[in-house]
Amino acid sequence: MSMTQLPPGFKIIRDENSEAYSDEFFVNMGPQHPSTHGALRLAIRMDGETIVELVPHHGYIHRGMEKQAESMSYLQYIPMSDRQDYLTAIQNNLGVVLAYEKGMNIGVPLRQEYIRVMLQELGRIASHLVFFGCFGGDLGGQTCLLFGFKEREMIHDILEEVTGSRLTTNFFRPGGSRFDVPDTFIPRVKAFLEHLESTMKDYERFLSKNVIVRERSIGIGVLSKEDAIAYGCSGPVLRASGVNFDVRKNNPYSIYSQLEFDVPVAYNGDCYDRYNVRIAEIHESMRILRQCIDKFPTEGPWRSKEKPVKLNPGRYYSEIETAKGLYGTYVVAASGDKPYRIHTRGPSFPHIGVLNKMVQGLTVSDLVTIMATLDPVIPEIDR
Amino acid sequence: MFVPSITNPVGDFVREWVPKLAEYLPASIQSDTLNSIVAFLINAVICVIAVCLVNIGSAPILIYMERKVCAHVQCRLGPMRLGWHGTIQTIADVLKMLFKEVYAPAGVDKFVFFLAPLVVLIAPFMVAALIPFGENLVVADIDMGIPLIIAINGFGVLAILLGGWSSNNKYSLLGALRSGAQMISYEISFALVLLFVVMVAGSTNLMAITQTQSGTVFDWWIFKAPVLGFIAFIMFFITSTAEMNRAPFDIAEAEQELTGGYHTEYNGTPFAMFYLAEYIALVTNSSLAVTCFLGGFHAPCIGIAAVDGILTMVPGVVWFFAKVFFMIWCYMMVRWTFVRPRVDQLMSFEWKFLLPLNLLLLVAGAAYVALVG
Repeated sequence: MSMTQLPPGFKIIRDENSEAYSDEFFVNMGPQHPSTHGALRLAIRMDGETIVELVPHHGYIHRGMEKQAESMSYLQYIPMSDRQDYLTAIQNNLGVVLAYEKGMNIGVPLRQEYIRVMLQELGRIASHLVFFGCFGGDLGGQTCLLFGFKEREMIHDILEEVTGSRLTTNFFRPGGSRFDVPDTFIPRVKAFLEHLESTMKDYERFLSKNVIVRERSIGIGVLSKEDAIAYGCSGPVLRASGVNFDVRKNNPYSIYSQLEFDVPVAYNGDCYDRYNVRIAEIHESMRILRQCIDKFPTEGPWRSKEKPVKLNPGRYYSEIETAKGLYGTYVVAASGDKPYRIHTRGPSFPHIGVLNKMVQGLTVSDLVTIMATLDPVIPEIDR
Repeated sequence: MFVPSITNPVGDFVREWVPKLAEYLPASIQSDTLNSIVAFLINAVICVIAVCLVNIGSAPILIYMERKVCAHVQCRLGPMRLGWHGTIQTIADVLKMLFKEVYAPAGVDKFVFFLAPLVVLIAPFMVAALIPFGENLVVADIDMGIPLIIAINGFGVLAILLGGWSSNNKYSLLGALRSGAQMISYEISFALVLLFVVMVAGSTNLMAITQTQSGTVFDWWIFKAPVLGFIAFIMFFITSTAEMNRAPFDIAEAEQELTGGYHTEYNGTPFAMFYLAEYIALVTNSSLAVTCFLGGFHAPCIGIAAVDGILTMVPGVVWFFAKVFFMIWCYMMVRWTFVRPRVDQLMSFEWKFLLPLNLLLLVAGAAYVALVG
C-alpha cells in the first residue's frame, strides 16, 4: 500500500448535501515523526484537527527475533532481549533468564537475588525518567527532555560499571550473572538515591503542578478499567485505570515478596494519572532500593555453582513486571541446546492497540500527549 | 515639492554637507530642491543599511544567545568547539544554510512558496525603522508610530498562511491555519495593550512616548502607572510571545505535533529567512516593550544624583540595547521553561481571559488618566 492511499477500512465521508458537512482527510503520522517514539506509522482519519479514527501500522523494524532464537543457543538469545525494549533492557534480561531457570531447575544465591532486584529497580527508574523527559518534551517543553535524561545517565554510569555496557546490558545468566557487582556498587547507588531524592522534588514541581501540563493531561485520553483489561494493558497504564495489578505483588518472583513496597494505583485513567503513577513508582523503586542497600549480603556466593546451557524438555513461562508492564517469556524446549520456540509477550503492543479507543474525538496535540503517557517502545512491538 | 525629512544625527550631517558640496557644481543646476532630494536619497540609503545591519546583524548573535541560554537552562554547555565558546558556530550554520540547494517539493505552488519567505521579512524590518534607538537615532519619526506597528504586524500571519498553504503538505496547512487563528486573535490584545500605553502617554509617536518616561526608573510606564503598568507589561509580554509564534505559544510550528508546522517543507535560504524573521521579530518586539514600558533609551536613574551622573554618561543607545537584550533573555527563559498549551486552550485563554482583562485595563487606564494624568 502506498503512503498516499487510504488504508483498508478507511472511508472518507464527503456528503456535501448533509447538514453536518464534514470534510475529512487522511494524515500519515510517521514512520518519521518526532512524537511516534520510533518507526511507527499512525494512519489517522481527521476532521479538521479532530481525530475520527486511528490505525497503527507497525513492522518497520521487524527483525524476526523470535524466529532467530530458534537457530541460536539459549544463552545467545539473552542479548536479543536487550534489543526489544531497549529502555528496560536489564529487566528483559531477567524475564528471559527466569524462564530458563525454570527449565534448568536451578535457583540463585541470595546475593544474586539482591543484585537482580536492585538492577531491576534501577532500570525501572531509568525507564520512568525517560518517560518523564519524553512526556515533557512531547508537550513542548524541551528542557524536561534533558532533565529526565540527565539522571538516567547516572543510572547508566552505574550499569556500565556493573555490567560493562550502558544500554544493552546482557547481564543475567541462568543461575547468576556475568559478573559480581564491584565494591563501589552499593555506595554509588546510595549516592545516586540521595541525589535523585532532591532532584525529583524539582522535577515534580516542574511538571506535576504546572498549570499547562494539568490542563493538557487531566481528562485527556481516558482509558476505562474495562477497556484496559480487555485490551491486555499492563503496568502503569493498567494501574492508572484503577486495576491493582503488579506482577511483583500478584505473582512475585525473585525476592520481591520479602520487600516492602506499595503499588501506586490511580482511578481516572487519564494522561495525568498515568504520569502520576509513574512518578509514584519512581519513589517506590527508591524505597525498594533503600531496603536492598540495608539488607545487601556482603558475603556469600553471587552465582550458583552449576552452569547449565540446556533446558529440560518442556514448556516454561515466566512473567515479570518491567517499567512498561508485563513482560512474559514462553519457552518451548526440546532436546538440544537450542530452543524449539521462544515467544515474548511485550507490554507495548497492547498499549498501541488501545490507542484508537483513546484518541477518538481528540486532537493531534492530545494524541501526542497520549502517546507519551503510553510510553511505547517500537522495537519491542516489532521485535 | 514635499521632501520628507529624516531625523537622525547622520541625517543632519548629510543635510549640512550636501549644499556645501553642491556649490562645486555648475550654478545652472544648483537648487535647494535638488539638494534636499539628494540629501534625502543619501539618508534613505544610510537608513536602509542601518536597519539591515541592526536586524541581520543581531540574528546570529541572538541564535548564539538562544543556544547558550537554552543549553545552560538544560544543564548543557551548548556550542563549544568552533571559536571561543562556539562563537563562530552560528556563522558556520548560516553559511551552511546559504549554500544548500533551494528546493521545492513536488506539487507546491512555486510562486507563492517562494514569495512567503520574502513576505515574512517585511513586518519585522518595517517595525525596526520606527523604533527610536537613541535620542535622535530613529529612521522614521512619525506621529502614527503605534497604529502603523499594529498594521504592519498583520504581514506576519500573511506570510505564514502563504507558506503553509502553498507547501502541499497537511502538516504545514494545519500549522498555518493554527497560526492564522492564533495571530489574528492575539493581535487584538496586542493592539489593546499598546493602546493602553498610548492612552497614558498621550501620544502615538514612539519618540514622544519615550520622552514621557525621562527621569528616574519610577517614571517608566511599567512603574509610573501603579499596578496597571505592570499588568500591561505582563500582558504585552504574553501577547507578543504569541505574536512571534515563540514557545510556549509556538503551536504553529509545534515540532512534536506538526513536525515543524508551516515551514516543514522549506530548506536552505527560504528556511533561513523564516528563521531570520523569527529572531528579528524578537528584537523588534523587545524594542517595542522597552520603548513603551522600560523607558526606551533613558538611563535607569534611581534619583541619587551621584549615581545618576555616572549612569547618564553612558549613551542612550547602549542603555536601549542593554534593556532589549534583557527582554530577549526573558523571552528565552520563558521559552525553555514552559510547555506548550493546546490550540483551543490558547484561543480560549485569549478570548475568555486576556481580552476582557485588557478591556478592563483600558477602563482603569482611562480612570488613571482622568484622575492622575
